[in-house]
Amino acid sequence: MKVTIEVNGQAYEKEVEPRILLVDFLRNDLGLTGTNVGCDTSQCGACTVHMDGMAVKSCTILAVQADGSSVKTIEGLASNGQLHPMQQAFWDEHGLQCGFCTPGMIMASVTLADGNPEIDDNDVRHGLEGNFCRCTGYENIVKAVKAGASAMAGGEA
Amino acid sequence: MSRYMGTSVKRVEDPRFLQGQGRYVANLSLPGMAHVAVKRSPLAHAKILGIDSSEAEALDGVIGVYTGQDLLDGGASFACGSLPCGFTPPDIVTPAHNPVAVDKVRHVGDAIAVVVAESPYIAEDALDLIDVDLDPLPVVVDARAAVEDDAPLVHDDVGTNLSFHWPLGDEDAVNEALSGSDHVVELEFVNQRLIANAMEPRACAAEWDSSTESMTVWTTSQNPHTIRLLLGAFTLGIPEHKLRVISPDVGGGFGSKIFHYPEEVIVPWVARAIGRPAKWVASRTESYVTDAQGRDHITRAKLGVNEDGTITGLHVTTWANLGAYLSTFAPLIPTALYITLLSGVYKIPVIFGESYGALTNTVPVDAYRGAGRPEASYLLETMVDLAARRLDMDPVEFRRKNLIPSDEFPYQTPVALEYDSGNYQGLFDKIEELSGYQSLRQEQEKARADGRLVGIGFSSCIEASGPAPSAVAVGLGAAIGLFESGSIRVHPTGKISVFTGSHSHGQGHETTFAQIVADELGVAMEDVEIVHGDTDRVPYGVGTYGSRSAAIGGSALVKSAEKIRDKLKKIAAHMLEASVEDMVYDQDEGTISVAGSPESAKTFAELAFAVTTADNLPDGMEPGLEETSFYDPANFTFPASAHAAMVEIDAKTGEVEIQSYAAVDDVGNVINPMIVEGQILGGIVQGVGQALWEHGIYGEDGQLLSGSMLSYTMPRADGFPAIAVDRIETPSPHNPLGVKGAGEMGTIAGTATISSAVLDALAPLGVTHLNMPLTAEKIHNAIVAAGNGGGE
Repeated sequence: MKVTIEVNGQAYEKEVEPRILLVDFLRNDLGLTGTNVGCDTSQCGACTVHMDGMAVKSCTILAVQADGSSVKTIEGLASNGQLHPMQQAFWDEHGLQCGFCTPGMIMASVTLADGNPEIDDNDVRHGLEGNFCRCTGYENIVKAVKAGASAMAGGEA
Repeated sequence: MSRYMGTSVKRVEDPRFLQGQGRYVANLSLPGMAHVAVKRSPLAHAKILGIDSSEAEALDGVIGVYTGQDLLDGGASFACGSLPCGFTPPDIVTPAHNPVAVDKVRHVGDAIAVVVAESPYIAEDALDLIDVDLDPLPVVVDARAAVEDDAPLVHDDVGTNLSFHWPLGDEDAVNEALSGSDHVVELEFVNQRLIANAMEPRACAAEWDSSTESMTVWTTSQNPHTIRLLLGAFTLGIPEHKLRVISPDVGGGFGSKIFHYPEEVIVPWVARAIGRPAKWVASRTESYVTDAQGRDHITRAKLGVNEDGTITGLHVTTWANLGAYLSTFAPLIPTALYITLLSGVYKIPVIFGESYGALTNTVPVDAYRGAGRPEASYLLETMVDLAARRLDMDPVEFRRKNLIPSDEFPYQTPVALEYDSGNYQGLFDKIEELSGYQSLRQEQEKARADGRLVGIGFSSCIEASGPAPSAVAVGLGAAIGLFESGSIRVHPTGKISVFTGSHSHGQGHETTFAQIVADELGVAMEDVEIVHGDTDRVPYGVGTYGSRSAAIGGSALVKSAEKIRDKLKKIAAHMLEASVEDMVYDQDEGTISVAGSPESAKTFAELAFAVTTADNLPDGMEPGLEETSFYDPANFTFPASAHAAMVEIDAKTGEVEIQSYAAVDDVGNVINPMIVEGQILGGIVQGVGQALWEHGIYGEDGQLLSGSMLSYTMPRADGFPAIAVDRIETPSPHNPLGVKGAGEMGTIAGTATISSAVLDALAPLGVTHLNMPLTAEKIHNAIVAAGNGGGE
């Protein structure tokens, strides 16, 4: 099937098998390997991307379902060589160790924090239930999301 | 004064991870690359009667299907050998482990056949078209049942499921001590099976170069040189100098990526057989049934105590489940990393411990974060709590009575180890303050009066980290020495490449090792690049596990930096026409000058360039500025910790809520506090995972019932309060950095602390023990049973 999907601001028209997952389309067809695959049961959230502004697990969506959509991946988050405030906050707060969950964690955090500059620990922790991290124990991720939320709204990171 | 050591420098490796540029093996794409998938056994124990792959081979896009016999025969590729065991104490039984099963399958997930195809999707399709005729055999999953006479044999040819029996200590003396004690507390318990669940599933890729007859293997390993050694010497027989193993960015390991796995044999075998690069990436489902798992002990323990609160002796018998094959270091974990740790932070006059290593029809078990030490610590802390309760003594007070005093280091335990340094009283003082221990007890008293189930958990722990002095390791049964390499190459312009045999898979070595070298040489961190994970670039090294990188890998770099400084001093003395003894190396400024005349200073870059022009060097000195050291530690390092937590149990549902958690750790000197704290925090949450949720459950038929992230409960962000972390610093006296291991402490203490807290909460109901994980269901049942007279 032919799909037209905008990814990180660029339009792609590709022939895909109907069964191809969005994450495999991104990784294998477009070479955007920043989105990682950590499980096969939609628990871990490593593959989280934005589809039309919503955080989605790209292992749970077929590429054909994304036809006509606008997708943003971790590769599209920084702009003009500047890290997105959420990326910067993860760096500042040591919100990552091995880095494997990080792209999905950041993409989920951006939508969680959007329009919520005062987000509290509890909301961050519940908001990230669908993203696993085995390294950090989450504590620094919570700090990062709060700092990122504030910075996204123009406050101090 | 150092400029970087002890400061929380932000991690230099982070920008690539933050932007999706991590170089994980699964991301590798090579021209002409084929995709490998593995047909796996759905049964835990069965004879393979036949494999019909004709339909799979006929599928469009399938390049080939291979069986275990094909790999043994070699054909157009190598004749594969058995996966070896790298730790073999005397009299151990080591059954063969073919990369792909030949005669029978021995656990769910055991490899049966290999598919090679043009895409991962086609390879998966082909797996379903392979018809395997399996004849089911009786199954054994329990370690103690496996070593009984009538148990089905996992490996018929070795005639037993008992791989080893490993005793340590004076059993008669312990029995005598126990019989002379005022009290003996006894407990039989299970330390449950765990699954590591590094977020990056394992992966392997390989490329054969027929023109040079050399192989490059990319693999998700914590120790690429070890994998090269085992591939070269045992499984593929590729000469080591024709074999390059690369472990680029690795997405977490926690021990599970130490070992030599079948797929690391299969994929290079395929690459040569088909003359194309090949890649395999595990699905998470495959990870659950193929990654080496952790823990799984059945233990019987007896602790003797006197009325005054002193411990008199400890007797421990453990049945350790090894799974269906001996994974690379499997026998090490329930022996030399477990029995030897049974003294903890306490003065225990006599200890006897023994382990029975049992083969079963389950996924192999090997090191998982802590590896033997969490089992020892959980055992000891659980027993200590029971003893304190028996004596009606505060558990912290009871522990304090038995601590090894600070002036008794180095301290020789009754179980072989000599602790290098420690200040356990200091740890206890700080944790009592940080956790507000006394006021927690008051809060608890009030809560209990209101009928609420509130518990306070406490745990101290010791770890033997930084394995190990090679003579000790090899003497115990290790197949290789456990030193580490560190090489410093100074380029003509003064920029520096550092090559370390340690491997970073989340620990942040690109930052901490640069901090070490920059301080040692007096250069800017930005001028230092850390290279690891590539056997063609890095001198032979041992890799990262057992919290060894800073203590051993870091020390190797200190030694190489000393050699660089010595050479530069000689050059500077020659240039300044002064004697070497008068030269002063300013490690803050990176300059060398004659003592008393700072104006004579030569900069690091000037001197580095002088070595390259080489026209004015001291007589007999070789040009070039590159030094390598191999550091073999004098001892393990012994970090220690004390953690305290308060939990409340919902009496209606059995749900545990962690209300507060405080941790004080002593990991010696600290290179980067932010990174150390990150290790501790992550470790605690992983340890709490074992206490409350995680469990690799096998049915009696050998099926892994918690074989996905849907059924195996991983810690999530919402299960925790903010954790208070602090530390004291008692430097290790025997390595030049004074550091101790930081990677596993949190995990070791986290498990015991939360288990202690939950059991404390349930104590008023008469509940004396519950095996982990302390799930709501289990606790609820215990509460109901207590209410029905099931308690005291």
